[in-house]
Parts: sequence; C-alpha cells; structure tokens
Amino acid sequence: MNSTMDFLLWVRGPAFDVAVAIFVIGVLVRLLEIFLLGRRPYLSEARGSQLGPGLKTVATRFLAESGTLKRAAFTVIGGYIFHLGFFIALLLFVPHIELIHATFGIEWPGMPTPVIDAITVVTLVALIGLLIHRLAHPVLRFLSGFEDYLVWALTFLPLLTGYLAFHRLVNPYPLALGIHILSVEILLILFPFTKLMHTFTAFVARWYNGAMAGRRGVES
Amino acid sequence: MAEARTLGESLRHQGVSRRGFLKFCAATASVMALPPSMVPVMAAALEKARRPSLIWLSFQECTGCTESLTRSHAPTLEDLIFDFISLDYHHTLQAASGDAAEAAREKAMHENFGSYLLVVDGSLPNENNGYSTIAGISNLEMLKQTAEGAAAVIAVGTCAAFGGLPHAAPNPTNAVPVSEIITDKPLINVSGCPPIPAVISGVLAHYLIFGQLPELDALNRPLAFYGQSIHDRCYRRSFYDKGLFAETFDDEGAKKGWCLYRLGCKGPMTYNACATIKWNQGLSWPIESGHGCLGCSEPNFWDAGGFYRALSIPTADIAKTAGYAAATGVALGAAAGVMNRRKTSAAAEKHEIVTVDDLEKSS
Repeated sequence: MNSTMDFLLWVRGPAFDVAVAIFVIGVLVRLLEIFLLGRRPYLSEARGSQLGPGLKTVATRFLAESGTLKRAAFTVIGGYIFHLGFFIALLLFVPHIELIHATFGIEWPGMPTPVIDAITVVTLVALIGLLIHRLAHPVLRFLSGFEDYLVWALTFLPLLTGYLAFHRLVNPYPLALGIHILSVEILLILFPFTKLMHTFTAFVARWYNGAMAGRRGVES
Repeated sequence: MAEARTLGESLRHQGVSRRGFLKFCAATASVMALPPSMVPVMAAALEKARRPSLIWLSFQECTGCTESLTRSHAPTLEDLIFDFISLDYHHTLQAASGDAAEAAREKAMHENFGSYLLVVDGSLPNENNGYSTIAGISNLEMLKQTAEGAAAVIAVGTCAAFGGLPHAAPNPTNAVPVSEIITDKPLINVSGCPPIPAVISGVLAHYLIFGQLPELDALNRPLAFYGQSIHDRCYRRSFYDKGLFAETFDDEGAKKGWCLYRLGCKGPMTYNACATIKWNQGLSWPIESGHGCLGCSEPNFWDAGGFYRALSIPTADIAKTAGYAAATGVALGAAAGVMNRRKTSAAAEKHEIVTVDDLEKSS
C-alpha cells in the first residue's frame, strides 16, 4: 500500500466487505441465540394479552422515567442529543444515503448538509460532555470499565472523522475519507461483541418486559 | 537565447499598451490571490524583468500539456509572456532537430548555468533506461543533467507531478514523478491533465516578479490555484447539498444541471482552479459541460476506483456480501441456539432435587 488512494480503495473494497460480513453474521448470531433460548413456559392462566402491552412498552421506553430524568438530567439529555444526532448524521446526510442507494437500491430524502454539519458539532460536544461527566463523577467512574470507554470511542470517531473529512481538515482528501470509512468499519466489526448490541437488544428487552407484564395484567 | 531586452521593452515592441499591461498585472494579481497593492510592484518588476532562458523536457507524456498551453483562441498577454521567455529547447515547438536541437539545449545550459528554468512534462521510466530515450540519452539521465544548473524545476502536468497515466496500474515502466528524482532544487508541481494555461503563466509571472516560486500546498502545487476543491467552488454544489442528482447524462436531472456525484464526479477530492478560471478563455469547464470531474490534478486519479463511480461508494458488491453473511449468520445462530438448548436440557437432566432434609443430613 504505497498511496493514500490505495488505502481508500482498500477500505472501500475488501475491508468494507469484511466489516459488513462480520457485522451481519455477528448481529444475527447474537440475536438468534437470545430468541432461541426461549422463555420459561407460563404455567398460570393469562390475565391479558401480550401483543398490545409489549408494543406499547417498546414505544414508551423511548421516554426517560421522570425520576431518572430528575436524578441524572445531564446523562439523560446528553444521551438523547447524541443518539438522535448520531442517527440523523448517519441516515440523513446525503452522501450516506447515496452509499445506501448505490449498495441496496433504496433511498430517502436527506437533510441539507449545513444542517447535518451543525448537528454533528452538537453531537460531538454532547459526547465529549458525557465523557467528562463519566470521568468526573466518582460513582460513574467507578462503574465504568474498558468497554464503556471503547464504545464511546467507537461512536465518537466516525462522527469526528466524518466532520474532519467534510471540512477537509485532513489532507489529502482520500486519506481523510479513508480514515472516516475505516472508523465506521471498526465500529461495524466490534458492534456485535460489545454493548453496542443494545441498538437491537434494547427493543427485545422492552418487548419481553411489556409482554410479561401484559400477560399478568399489570402495567409495565 | 536570453537577450538584454526587458519584458517591458519587449511588450511595447509588440504593441502592447501600458493600460493593457497593467490590466494583465491586475488580472494576474487577482488570479494569484495577491493584494491589489501588489499590482504596481508587479508592473515595475515585470517591466524590468530580463528574458529568462527556459528548457522544456518532454518524457513519458502525450503532448497534451503543450497543446493546452499553446492553443489559446486569441492572442493574450499570457501568450506574450510565453513569447518573452526564451524557450531554448522544446521537442514539439523547436524548429531544430537532431544534433542541432541537443546542441541548443547544451548551449542554453552552459550559458545560463544556475539561472535557467527547467520545465518537465511527462513521467520518468525508473526501471529500464531503454523505455524512453531522446537523442540516445535516457530520460533519467537527461533530467539529472539538465536539472543540475536549473534555478528551479516546474513539473507541468500530472505525469511529471505525480506519475499520471504512465504510473497507472500496472505501471509497466515503473514510472515516477520528477519529485522522486530531483530532490535538491526548488520544485513546483503544476498538475492537471492538462493544467490550466493561466496557472502556468501565473507561476512564470510570479517567478519573474519575485524571483522565487509562489506559496505551495502539501503536494508542492501553487496554493493560489490549488487551494480549494472543485467541490467547494462548484456552481452545482447547492444540488449536492439538497440531494438532487443526475442519474444519467441525458435525464431530467442532467438537463436541469443537477449534481453529477452519482455519475462519478471526483470534485470532492480534487484541488484545482477549473471552477473559477474555467477553460477555453473562461468559456466552460468539464462540470459545466455536463461531465463529472475526473480528478485529473490529483495523484493516482487513474486508479481511483473508476471514473463513473463516486469516491465514497464501496467498490465491492456489499449487497451480495450482506446476503451471504445473513445466510451464514442465520445458520450459525441456529446452530448456537441448538447447542445452548442442549446445554440447558443437559443441565436440567443432571439437576437433582435437594430437600431441607438432605441438607441437614449432609451437614
């Protein structure tokens, strides 16, 4: 590999292939393992349906419980900002939609790039704020392990490198773009084996909580 | 040969008015991003500039750079600057041939040792000297010889600057740019396939005025011309920002002048002045003519994954990979699920019921 263009072609070619394969296989294996474990058989008579309360809980848990919001306002609000910002930048930035369109043939309208630019800055600031909070708060710091910092970095780096590439703050451009794509590939590869799996499992857990409560005829 | 007449005298001799000359100075200053206060300084310096000797060496190239520089539609002051320079050696343009041509080069080198400018277009074969020779002298040897007494080296075109087409995979001649051979001289890369004529005249004017090369970027290109990307100066940029793209070269989007990103435009990676100076005396430029930028002023633009594929689009068939991976994932997940169930049922079978009585007995 003797030029930045070779590097870019490598991350766009074989590396992208490998990363996508590991991501898809890893996520499916982990989800199937959870589903196939099954639930204990219910021995009692059902007092209500599972479907409605299950779906309702999947939706309502998007809102923070009011007690949590009061106790940890910074974490909750910062969490909202960076989750929303990350997904807006991921799914509504025009070149990202172009990549999905060229790869899978589906597309949707994007947001103007200057708006995405501003959202990215807010998201980066929120992530930095949350990291400082985590390090400064004695309890949070005690509870944090290597993996917590790892997933923070895996989330932060694609946003940061994307921002640097968009504003051409790293030269030459193929290197900037290549680093950005590589950071996403590292995220994809480590995703199934870290806490990042909550992207999918959060909804599974919510469903189980809601459905169980529903069967017992209680609010979840 | 270099002669005593100054540039001012030479221009007056050719009927250029003082007003025309100052207009050229103002245009050059603005094109090179110099402050307006520099215009009188430029005029004074150019007025007094002596005719410099220039040797132009052509190696593994297509003569497109020379074509670009000599094919101005109307005589311009840029032409006059070229006329003013004593072009002592240039394959395509010189009348002399054979020994007489080589003698002219040697004479120019000898008489102006240490002060002549060396322009190179084309890359150099760095494997077998026989791949490209001129008058029995290998390209490598001729460059080393001629660069020795040069005040500065100007690599014109992407081949001389970065290797260009001869350097494209599989690079059979092991072509290298000038910068890999000449490391001890001031070197400027004027890249492009071909470069914009005004960029060449701007660089020469800068050298005549200040006696040194202009400010350069990381790839040794004049910052005044290569400081901003095509993408950032493109008049179609607003369509990119809105996500409006032409799908083919003749669809509705193309007719409405939408962004050419989907057609493989390399504007985002390319630094050049096409979007501002344009071509053919400001008439148009590739994107205005409806074709995406090829990225011709960038290193390795021939090997950037295809002219008609955007720079950030994966080159591999990701949908296919994802499909196979999904099938594999389902199979592996099912296998893991079955194994986990076996483990659970095995554990259940081994499970012994322990009562309080058993515990009391054992203690």
